[in-house]
Amino acid sequence: MLRKTNIIIWCLIFLPVTLVAQTPEERGLEIAKEVDARDIGFGDSANKITMVLRDQHGNERSRYMRNRTLEVEGDGDKSIIIFDNPGDVKGTAFLSFTHKEGPDDQWLYIPALRKVKRIASNNKAGAFMNSEFAFEDIASQEVEKYTYKYIGEDTYGEIAVFKNEADPVDPKSGYSRLEVWIDQQRFIPLKVDFFNRGGKLKKTLEFDEYEQYLEKYWRAGKWTMTNHITGKSTVLYTTGWVFNNGFTDKDFNKNSLSRAK
Amino acid sequence: MRRVWTRYRFIFFGFSLLASLKVFGNDISGYIGAELRYFPSSPVFSGQSSHNDSLTGYFEAYRDFNDGDQRIALTAFARVDSEDNQRSHADIRELYWWQNFDAFELYVGARKIFWGVTESVHLVDIVNQSDTLENIDTEDKLGQPMIQVVTVQDWGTLEAFILPYFREREFPGKKSRLRPGLPVLDEALFQDDDEQAHTDYALRWSHYVDVWDFGVSYFSGTNRSPVFVPVFNNGQVIALQPYYAQINQVGVDLQATIEAWLFKLETILVDEQGYGNYEALAGGIEYTFYTIASSNADLGLIAEYQFSSADGAREPIAQNDIVLGGRWAFNDLDASEVLFLVSQDLDHSNRFYSLELSRRLNDDWKLEAEFRVFDRIEPGTPEFDLRDDDYLQLELRRYF
Repeated sequence: MLRKTNIIIWCLIFLPVTLVAQTPEERGLEIAKEVDARDIGFGDSANKITMVLRDQHGNERSRYMRNRTLEVEGDGDKSIIIFDNPGDVKGTAFLSFTHKEGPDDQWLYIPALRKVKRIASNNKAGAFMNSEFAFEDIASQEVEKYTYKYIGEDTYGEIAVFKNEADPVDPKSGYSRLEVWIDQQRFIPLKVDFFNRGGKLKKTLEFDEYEQYLEKYWRAGKWTMTNHITGKSTVLYTTGWVFNNGFTDKDFNKNSLSRAK
Repeated sequence: MRRVWTRYRFIFFGFSLLASLKVFGNDISGYIGAELRYFPSSPVFSGQSSHNDSLTGYFEAYRDFNDGDQRIALTAFARVDSEDNQRSHADIRELYWWQNFDAFELYVGARKIFWGVTESVHLVDIVNQSDTLENIDTEDKLGQPMIQVVTVQDWGTLEAFILPYFREREFPGKKSRLRPGLPVLDEALFQDDDEQAHTDYALRWSHYVDVWDFGVSYFSGTNRSPVFVPVFNNGQVIALQPYYAQINQVGVDLQATIEAWLFKLETILVDEQGYGNYEALAGGIEYTFYTIASSNADLGLIAEYQFSSADGAREPIAQNDIVLGGRWAFNDLDASEVLFLVSQDLDHSNRFYSLELSRRLNDDWKLEAEFRVFDRIEPGTPEFDLRDDDYLQLELRRYF
């Protein structure tokens, strides 16, 4: 009896305190860290990408590429994307070193000239391959790149989610804020609303067809990006995921970029 | 019949190559193109024609072996031109074997190597001979036979080259525009007795630290750019003869990438045997505006300065010039792009404009238009012979 009272008293005293103590900023950061933590340790991965671009008139183009990623302990990932079509860009390859802090390092291999060119690091707001994805949308998402504010609980379809606001730290980002729907069970993003610098809803990204790999890591098979302002959209499909490829730093430098096929 | 064969052997060459590649490569790509070039002004020199119509073919194939530790690659190019037999040419751009060892990589065969950072002129880029029959921008290169060793270390990338054979520059024939007024002799002069068989050497160290990407290169051998020696007959200059000197060249290229800015610098110091030293420099900035007016479009601007201390017969077109340009990329489905460039000589009134438009018609077809104008060209400058060679070019390519 005494014990029970004790617990109740404890709860009465401390629960509100912990609730008050954790600000929406802290709770938001905590969720973002959990999302990040659950993806640590995947090592490396390779996958194929098909990107279907659609303009407002209903014209459609498919783009094929291959992606290789190397997880870097204590920093952002390294990745190479090789473009397999259309004919005039085939063989072009994009190398990026994402960093938790500061600008990413990026190089482009231009096959016609056999030239590797370092490209401006603040292209993040720029269009990726004429799609509705900006470079920053496809880059590896690092906790440090945003500040957070927990919005509340919600549901996405049948799934219970946390809604979290993420504000880009870099003023060169194309967005003022993102609203992210995060699965409460799996801690993976299901939907993102992107607000432009004017605060207007610009784009929505929905993640579908999640599959789990190595019994731990979730990868979305379908990313649907809709631009509400222009009416254009891009659907990105990822297929053929392979983990434990044995990639090393040597597979992700300017020299290997020039050899990527 | 013989003439027909001369003209169409390149097409034959192309198709037989294509057939062999089908067997050879697990990955083949390339294009076939039709190009129309029209010169609106009357020619300055007799025999020059007002247009060139060409068919081009480009094939690329490779095959990897041993879990990706070995590769054989082949790249070939051919052009058939309606006007100029000289411009009808075929070249093996690349045919090499590559092997990855743990500590280094080895390439043996013909390759194309690019060094440098600037857009308007390529100073440090010396390994390959320019294919000047293709374009005056010196971005097309002839395949260079080589043995190349590459090692990537914590302290950067080191590349060493042995270049056992020299490839001469090719010049357009009498009917072509964009050529010197005097005929250029086929037979070149060489400073070294070994002539084309002279073995050249090159070494390059490149690295990146933070925002800096840089390279230091050394080349010892036959200069890729010839000096034109006048050929006299009865006191009259009747032709030009290319003369290839032996040089040692040290090159430095540097780029700083800071936010939307690229700062670029290339410089070379050339020591020509029996002549002396000269240096050249090119540097500038590139700035890109992204998602203009909340559209998908990007605008890139460049400004570059070009300088060379070489004078007389060695003076290049880019001796004291400023180049301004812009690239508007619409980032639409078919990648429409406009590239504009103006180059102003600071010693002379010479000015050069270039406008390029390109877009895909669909994923396989691409259309490119190029408009180039030589304006206010002064007598006595290297480009004086090109003063009326403004041209409009249309090219349609089918990629496969």
